[in-house]
Amino acid sequence: MKKVLAMIAIAAFAFALPSCKGKSDADIKTEVDAKLATNPDFAQLSSDVKDGAVTISGTVKDDATKTAVDPAVKEVKGVKSVVNNASVPPPPPPPTINPDDLLNTAIKDAIKDHAGVKAEVKDGVVTLTGEIKKADLATLMQKVNAIHPKKVEQKLTVK
Amino acid sequence: MALEEKYKALIDAAHTAGVANLAVREQDGVLYIDGDAPSGAVKDQLWSIYDQIDPNYTSGDLILNVNAKAEAGSKVRVATQETALNIRKGPGTDQPIVGKAQKDEIITLISQANDQWSSVRTDDGTEGYAYSQYLEPVA
Repeated sequence: MKKVLAMIAIAAFAFALPSCKGKSDADIKTEVDAKLATNPDFAQLSSDVKDGAVTISGTVKDDATKTAVDPAVKEVKGVKSVVNNASVPPPPPPPTINPDDLLNTAIKDAIKDHAGVKAEVKDGVVTLTGEIKKADLATLMQKVNAIHPKKVEQKLTVK
Repeated sequence: MALEEKYKALIDAAHTAGVANLAVREQDGVLYIDGDAPSGAVKDQLWSIYDQIDPNYTSGDLILNVNAKAEAGSKVRVATQETALNIRKGPGTDQPIVGKAQKDEIITLISQANDQWSSVRTDDGTEGYAYSQYLEPVA
């Protein structure tokens, strides 16, 4: 019986121990996550806490946002250190712009179904002239935008 | 960055609608938006927002190239406005017509030949090339 009591006492002591030292890791994580949730820029981040050391992972839009993570997390009581593993995605590849000879071939196909529309290609810029019905304009523009021009000068008379 | 502000509603809608591989960047005064739309309806919605921000698309400061791309081997709908879609021997309007697919007909996409043309097959067995802008993935 004494043994059992002793074991209960040890268990109780062990259980109570973390609270003597301060907040548990789980409590810290809850508060850190709540802190992250207050800033929409931190929406893609998550935290992991071990012995008060917080590790942040996920993605943020830029380096400035990443730098802002550390001070925000350190405001949470009980946080001893922050390892910021947030990553910033690479910028998108530059736009594809087709050379004029390719655009000249492609534009013929794009305007073929639109009688009354003329197109000219120069230095990647497609200039549309003539006239078109409003109902057909979006369809034409979708086709012209898809051939990878540098720019589209829409100078059509829209009826 | 100014153009991203101007077309913010469009970019937000693209995010919300689940456009994949969305790339938005500005270069020499033109904003380029590329991506793969989950459906033809999403593409039309984005073009409608574009028209609201820049009526009749006259500003010349945006290249919107978000298309509903179907997977090779999948079924696609002929999305012409009124007429039948020409199926041609090769990828180009200078190529002879080998058959036609009716508006709203469901045909098979064999592969993307290039940015503009797809290799297709109709259910009655006609094979050839069709203009990709008139093909929509079947949801």
